Amino acid sequence: MIEFHLDGRSGVAPYRQLIHQVRHALRLGLLHEGDQLPKVKDVVAGLAINPNTVLKAYRELEYEGLVAARPGIGTFVTSELDGVPLAAHAPLRRDLRRWLTRARQAGLDDESIEALFASAFRSEREEDIA
Amino acid sequence: MSAVIETSRLGKRYRRTWALADCTLSIPAGHVVGLVGPNGAGKTTLLNLAVGLLAPTAGEIEVLGGRPAASQVQLARVGFLAQDSPVYPGLSVADHLKLGARLNPSWDAELARGRVDRLDLRPTQKAGTLSGGQRAQLALTLAVAKRPELLILDEPVASLDPLARREFLQDLMEAVAEQELSVVLSSHLVADLERVCDYLIVLVGSQVRVAGPVEELLATHYLLTGPCRDPGTLPAGQQVISASHTDVQTTVLVRTDGEILDPAWTVAEIGLEDLVLAYLSQATRRRRRDNHQHLEVQR
Repeated sequence: MIEFHLDGRSGVAPYRQLIHQVRHALRLGLLHEGDQLPKVKDVVAGLAINPNTVLKAYRELEYEGLVAARPGIGTFVTSELDGVPLAAHAPLRRDLRRWLTRARQAGLDDESIEALFASAFRSEREEDIA
Repeated sequence: MSAVIETSRLGKRYRRTWALADCTLSIPAGHVVGLVGPNGAGKTTLLNLAVGLLAPTAGEIEVLGGRPAASQVQLARVGFLAQDSPVYPGLSVADHLKLGARLNPSWDAELARGRVDRLDLRPTQKAGTLSGGQRAQLALTLAVAKRPELLILDEPVASLDPLARREFLQDLMEAVAEQELSVVLSSHLVADLERVCDYLIVLVGSQVRVAGPVEELLATHYLLTGPCRDPGTLPAGQQVISASHTDVQTTVLVRTDGEILDPAWTVAEIGLEDLVLAYLSQATRRRRRDNHQHLEVQR
């Protein structure tokens, strides 16, 4: 079972944070098909958040086809995230680390590296759309 | 959607001062509603009118479709937690539960006992010796064990330390999840409201400045920054909530259902706290301006 947390300063709506954490756990292999998500009551009691926030997050995940609610029992993961299997992550991560080392050698600090990555990511996506 | 509290030109006067005047609002059911406003906005008066502890001087108020405290049935449907969670200092925790059972027709003894156990409150302990957090939890236990349809809380966490505050809100949210309560709570701690409330009402000088589902409010307000310009030149659909200028830059908070298309603006989303503050300071600015005009006339 995963445990949710909330970042009050991120500016991201709490229900989005919950969705993101489920997707993240799926991606990292912490959650698998058939696993149960925390009960609404427990999430609410743990984080002191409005029950509707949790329900909304779970509804959206259900809509995406990632989980299914079984009335009276709970909400369960029904499928893995589409996309690249975990095994493909390792070589990509290696490449990325190599690139990070090079960026540091070139004298970039954390902030510049993040900004460079974000802007390259954005322009690549824009080219994709165009 | 039905309303849990509906008022029309509601007013309450103490001698010559109106604590609440000409207040018209509607609070929908099925939400945890945050009532925010500066001191003296009339929040406590409004809540006391809603539970029937005060009678209105003017106007009307309906709670769950009935007159506040009009009958046994009406009393049983509404739970109330007054400011500073009052308990009887000389009575024990167990005495409080006994009292609750005697006074409330729909008392849920199992729920009350379960909560007291879980909170580690000793049944024999006198309420006067409990910590602030425990006292608030005991008062909340009494209020939810009567199984109300509507729970009204006046500044429930203002006097609690951060840990007790979190625990109180966790418990409150758990009760909401289990019992499907409607909740109205007043507070000036917007950070707490952001997590627990899904509907917000900003009350200033008895008037509703803004009201709506929290997510809708957040999705329709934008902070725009750009080169100097007159906010009066913004498109018609964009309502200016606040504006400030430096010699080179203009920052405006606008409310709009549409998108911001003007490329001159840098668009940022805004948090609940900033949103509330913008509406509160809008009200003070208006008052200052009114005072100013008043002076002009006198001269």
